[in-house]
Amino acid sequence: MATHMTDMPQFTTDGEDSGSGNGGIATLSGPLLVATIGALDREMRDYTGTITRVDIAKVTAIDTVGAWVVVRLARDHGAEITGASHQAQRLIDAVGQAGDEEPLRPIRVPVQVRVPEAVGKLVVTSGQGSISSVAFLGELIIAVWHTICHPRRLRITALIRQTELVGVNSLGIIGLMSFLIGVVIAQQGAVQLQQFGAEIYTINLTGRLALRELGVLMTAIMVAGRSGSAFAAQIGTMKLTEEIDAMRTIGVSPIEALVLPRVIVGVLMMPLLGTYAAVVAIMGGAVLASLTLDIPFFTFLRRIQEVVPMTDLWVMLIKAPVFGLIIAFCGCFQGMQVENDSEQVGRRTTQAVVQGIFMVIVLDAFFAVFFSKINWI
Amino acid sequence: MSKVSPSDGDPGDDNPAIDIEGLSNGFDGHLVHENLSLTVRRGEILGVVGGSGTGKSVLMRSIIGLQTPSAGTIRVLGRAVAEPDPDNPDSDIRSRWGVLFQGGALFSTLTVGENVVVPIKEFYPEIAPELQREIAGFKVMLSGLPPEAAVKFPSELSGGMRKRAALARALALDPELLFLDEPTAGLDPIGAAAFDSLIKELHETLGLTVFLITHDLDTLHEICDRVAVLADRKVIAVGTIPELMASDHPWIQEYFNGPRGRAAQNSRPAVDTPAPPVETVAKTANPKPVDKPTQPDA
Repeated sequence: MATHMTDMPQFTTDGEDSGSGNGGIATLSGPLLVATIGALDREMRDYTGTITRVDIAKVTAIDTVGAWVVVRLARDHGAEITGASHQAQRLIDAVGQAGDEEPLRPIRVPVQVRVPEAVGKLVVTSGQGSISSVAFLGELIIAVWHTICHPRRLRITALIRQTELVGVNSLGIIGLMSFLIGVVIAQQGAVQLQQFGAEIYTINLTGRLALRELGVLMTAIMVAGRSGSAFAAQIGTMKLTEEIDAMRTIGVSPIEALVLPRVIVGVLMMPLLGTYAAVVAIMGGAVLASLTLDIPFFTFLRRIQEVVPMTDLWVMLIKAPVFGLIIAFCGCFQGMQVENDSEQVGRRTTQAVVQGIFMVIVLDAFFAVFFSKINWI
Repeated sequence: MSKVSPSDGDPGDDNPAIDIEGLSNGFDGHLVHENLSLTVRRGEILGVVGGSGTGKSVLMRSIIGLQTPSAGTIRVLGRAVAEPDPDNPDSDIRSRWGVLFQGGALFSTLTVGENVVVPIKEFYPEIAPELQREIAGFKVMLSGLPPEAAVKFPSELSGGMRKRAALARALALDPELLFLDEPTAGLDPIGAAAFDSLIKELHETLGLTVFLITHDLDTLHEICDRVAVLADRKVIAVGTIPELMASDHPWIQEYFNGPRGRAAQNSRPAVDTPAPPVETVAKTANPKPVDKPTQPDA
């Protein structure tokens, strides 16, 4: 196909005089090159007759692939190679030491072995994940304690940098998302409540939902996707390039230098971002209400003050730092687990996000039950 | 080195492997190369040396089209890299060269054997899978790896083995032109010597042209036909090592006549030396009359 303008190599056999028992002579001619060998190789593979001699005197050009094909033909038929030029002979000698085809992948174990093996491995190692995450948590707590004892060891620069990355830089996207969520809550709520003539309760719905649940939850998901993944990928890459090892040998604790600032930023930024998200969501609801429900914008906001209890704010402010901690912890933990190759960075990053979001939602359910039990409803 | 001829503007060398003229490269206003010219002849091993940060790797990346130069023309095997061959639009120049990157740059999700097969599959899909496997097998062997290395992943290999595996991939298509970026860096001396002789052997049997970036003085003495010296944003000299040693540029003097240069020179058996004994050449003001002195402004 892509074989240039060059002429094609030829494979001919003659002297097929089986009566004499001499077998045949295979003659190869033309350029035996990687670019031209494709079709010829298939032809030679399919040839089943006997060959006692492979003549390559008419070969015009040869490379290692051509030499290999000649060697293999001769080897398969127990034939000798004649007519090799000096260069061809060198190539044949160099290539001839290779064995027959090597598989490209380790041989796959059959399914009936592989599946039980995988299950067994999963069972045995399932404890390890939680053990190492508890160990990581322990390291983190020690680092926190060290930093409390020696406040100067806190990396202020890293802290500010991460604050910018996690907090400031995400204001735009979180604002846009929250505004739209506020619009959606108000619109959907209004459609349902209108059936009872109670569209005024749209304000309650928007305010309470935004402040108590959706603002902080959606923010957590966004932060997990934006920053949790970044933590995992960054720390994972540093692990691959041995930066973490270098830190350790210099005496810098990677937990203190890398993990602690990120976790602190996660814990500090989530309440701020959650509050911001709730406020913007309420504004979104207010905009929608003023446009479609004839509730003036400022009336909506004033009404929010009356119908949303203070406990909703507290619920949000209690949940948010916990979510932040979990997201940052998952990101850093998964990053530190990277080993060997770049594929792991991708896998660990995915895990950081999935685990972070999953844990956030599980804890959110837990908080919902908890706060209703203590009558913060 | 039987024939030594000037590298640039040489009427006898009308079909160079690589021809660079007036190349300039810059990053953020900082020029790495300025009006750089260099010719690599067909069938030679050209060593490229230069201090750290003189843009050796950038030069290689410019030639293979990974870096768009800000000015200048680069012709590889007779044509510009970016534009397709008017006679033969199907043929891809990239099927005619092999590149060994400094870190190996093996695909980490593929085994060594699969890494070798990647370029074959890409350019010659008509080759039967069996032959692809066989090619991978003997390329792995040719590059000095044990056969079982073909099924290993790059992360399971040591640094030296990774280099060899990367060489196997670079050689997958029997290229005419081989780019090597510090192939022996990080190898033990025995491994480095084996690597040198492997490249020399391939050069002789396949008639390869080799563009070799290295800091390894032994490699330079052992296998390079000519050496190009990068400094002051251009190629300040091209020539055989004896020719270069005759140059009075301070960096070249320090490089080849420094303690390491001497040691590498002295360790060579005299019979292999194609040029007259080094000491005499180094001391005489002019090298052999047939040799054109190194060009200060190549």
